[in-house]
Amino acid sequence: MSALLDVQSLRVRFRSLGMLRALVTRTPDPFIDAVCDVSFHMRRGETLGLVGESGSGKSTIARTVMGLTPAHAGSVRFAGDELIGLSSRDYKAYRRDMTMMFQDPVGSLSPRLTVRSLITEPLRIHGIKDRNRRAEAKRLLEMVGLGEDFAQRFPHQLSGGQARRVGVARALALGPKVIIADEPTAGLDVSVQGEVLNLLARLQEELGIAMLVITHNLNVVRHITDRMAIMYLGRFVEQGPTEEIFHRPRHPYTEALLSANPQPDPDAQLARIEIKGEVPSLMNRPQGCEFHTRCPYAREHCRQVAPGVSHAGEGHVYTCHYPLNT
Amino acid sequence: MTQASATQPIEAPAGAVLLEVRGLSLDFGSSRGRVRALRDVSVSVPRGRIVGVVGESGCGKSTLAFAIIRLLAENAMITAGEVRLEGRDLLTLTPRQMRDIRGRRVSMIFQDPMTSLNRVLSVGQHMIDIQYRDKISQADKRRRAAEALTRVGIADAESRLRDFPHQFSGGMRQRICIAMALLVEPALLLADEPTTALDATMEVQIVGLLKALQGELGCSILFVSHHLGTVAELCDDVVVMYAGEVVERGSVRDIFKRPGHPYTQALLECDPGRIHEKTRHLPTIPGSLPDLVEVPQGCIFKDRCPHAFERCQRERPPHYPVAEGHTASCHLLDETRGNHS
Repeated sequence: MSALLDVQSLRVRFRSLGMLRALVTRTPDPFIDAVCDVSFHMRRGETLGLVGESGSGKSTIARTVMGLTPAHAGSVRFAGDELIGLSSRDYKAYRRDMTMMFQDPVGSLSPRLTVRSLITEPLRIHGIKDRNRRAEAKRLLEMVGLGEDFAQRFPHQLSGGQARRVGVARALALGPKVIIADEPTAGLDVSVQGEVLNLLARLQEELGIAMLVITHNLNVVRHITDRMAIMYLGRFVEQGPTEEIFHRPRHPYTEALLSANPQPDPDAQLARIEIKGEVPSLMNRPQGCEFHTRCPYAREHCRQVAPGVSHAGEGHVYTCHYPLNT
Repeated sequence: MTQASATQPIEAPAGAVLLEVRGLSLDFGSSRGRVRALRDVSVSVPRGRIVGVVGESGCGKSTLAFAIIRLLAENAMITAGEVRLEGRDLLTLTPRQMRDIRGRRVSMIFQDPMTSLNRVLSVGQHMIDIQYRDKISQADKRRRAAEALTRVGIADAESRLRDFPHQFSGGMRQRICIAMALLVEPALLLADEPTTALDATMEVQIVGLLKALQGELGCSILFVSHHLGTVAELCDDVVVMYAGEVVERGSVRDIFKRPGHPYTQALLECDPGRIHEKTRHLPTIPGSLPDLVEVPQGCIFKDRCPHAFERCQRERPPHYPVAEGHTASCHLLDETRGNHS
């Protein structure tokens, strides 16, 4: 089966200095690479988790795939069609098939619209007139497990978990094939987090939707994704089947990230690989392997030569000179 | 102020009690009536220990911290109870006396390190200002500030004092806040979700730093968090709150290994970090929080509790002992009760 969404060598740049300032300070390259050489693909019904610290470029990837942020280079193909370079009008047609759930559950809902207007707004935007909005709202609310009486409410009358469900309903309104969920559980309590994740899992099973889940919560990734990718400074440092990566991480950053995940068990604080220091600035990327400034295993070679992509079995790739667990 | 309190404070182990909150009740005025945000809350923090307060949003854990340091919103009314720090009831102090306690005996770290720093003041200015009571020269204050920054792991402290908050990353800003809070060598440090805004690797570093500094300075910490993993790692004792009440308290091992209250059990079960087998169906706690304007009779958790029985409907459970220094407010633990199915 061919990939539904195929992203190849994606690069997104942002200007870091104004034009005049760059001229005056003679900065030859006043840009930062927020996303650098990122490739991945998703099949129907598959869930891919995107993990990394804040500022690593996770959300930028999502926004670029959705056509909300322009790409500098690379390709994004949906069902074989190239999306990079499309006009915003042409892009709009693809946003029926690919929808996004934004980070802040309450903040991403307009405070002056009722839930009914909010979840049927995608129909209005795409000019779909042949469906009864009232019935449609009822159907969508039912799908996400909210009663019909929620249709009248405003966002401030919703709890965090309910607002999240409305976000899911909104994303489902157009019957998408791909959903991009940016931090679907951020800010939710553990008991509610489970509800939202179960809902996403059920909908995915029923509707066969492919999901790109962006999160920094590793426990979430472990339970809901089939494959995962780990980002550092805008690059994928490792990508592969979730279980495989949890059991045998190859990249030291992955290992550190996994071991930094605090366990709710007072006795389980033994094997921790602590990484020192802070994330380097994107404006000043380290030479060689970009992780060497924080890597506990870095050697001379790592400081000079950037590692290429290596393969470790079925769809498992990493960029490290001296991989672990081999 | 003596209270006919249903809850018993836990026995302080070896270390003497530093902070004793007893029977604290607090209401917030709202257009719908009084929201009973805290009801008969008792917490004790022994000297030199780290006590975690866990619970989900809206359970009153942050309100408790803010009530201790008396930084409450204007619509908050403390209706009963006492907050004793080193024997002195903070609730009876005048605002002026309270100011002397704040930033001297008690200091606080807040959730968002960006909003707790003033973005138009340099870090050095912040750290000098906080020493306003000390009668030492400006240069000495600056030197102490630099030492404090070095102690929390900020390299090149001397020159970084000139930098402004936006020139630091989130983790560094929280380190600065910790350095400021500890500059005054408080007896009690209140930490309100200090790692929530940070990433996993930074969170581990901050938790490690708090632990190291606590050992060095010997202060007590009241650590408010909804993150069970962090609490398990950092704290000695844990207080579990639900809908404005303390439902369970005990040592960190008691709470995580042998939880006595059905809410604590449910909360632990829900944490995906505890589920080691991969699953696509995660456990949840059915139902929702009770309305705190009209607090229902009986046990506060009864509507969501899988074990609720008739007595839970009418009678609010007191804290029953589970083990030494471990209590939970659940009728199931009442040894004198008859055999319920």
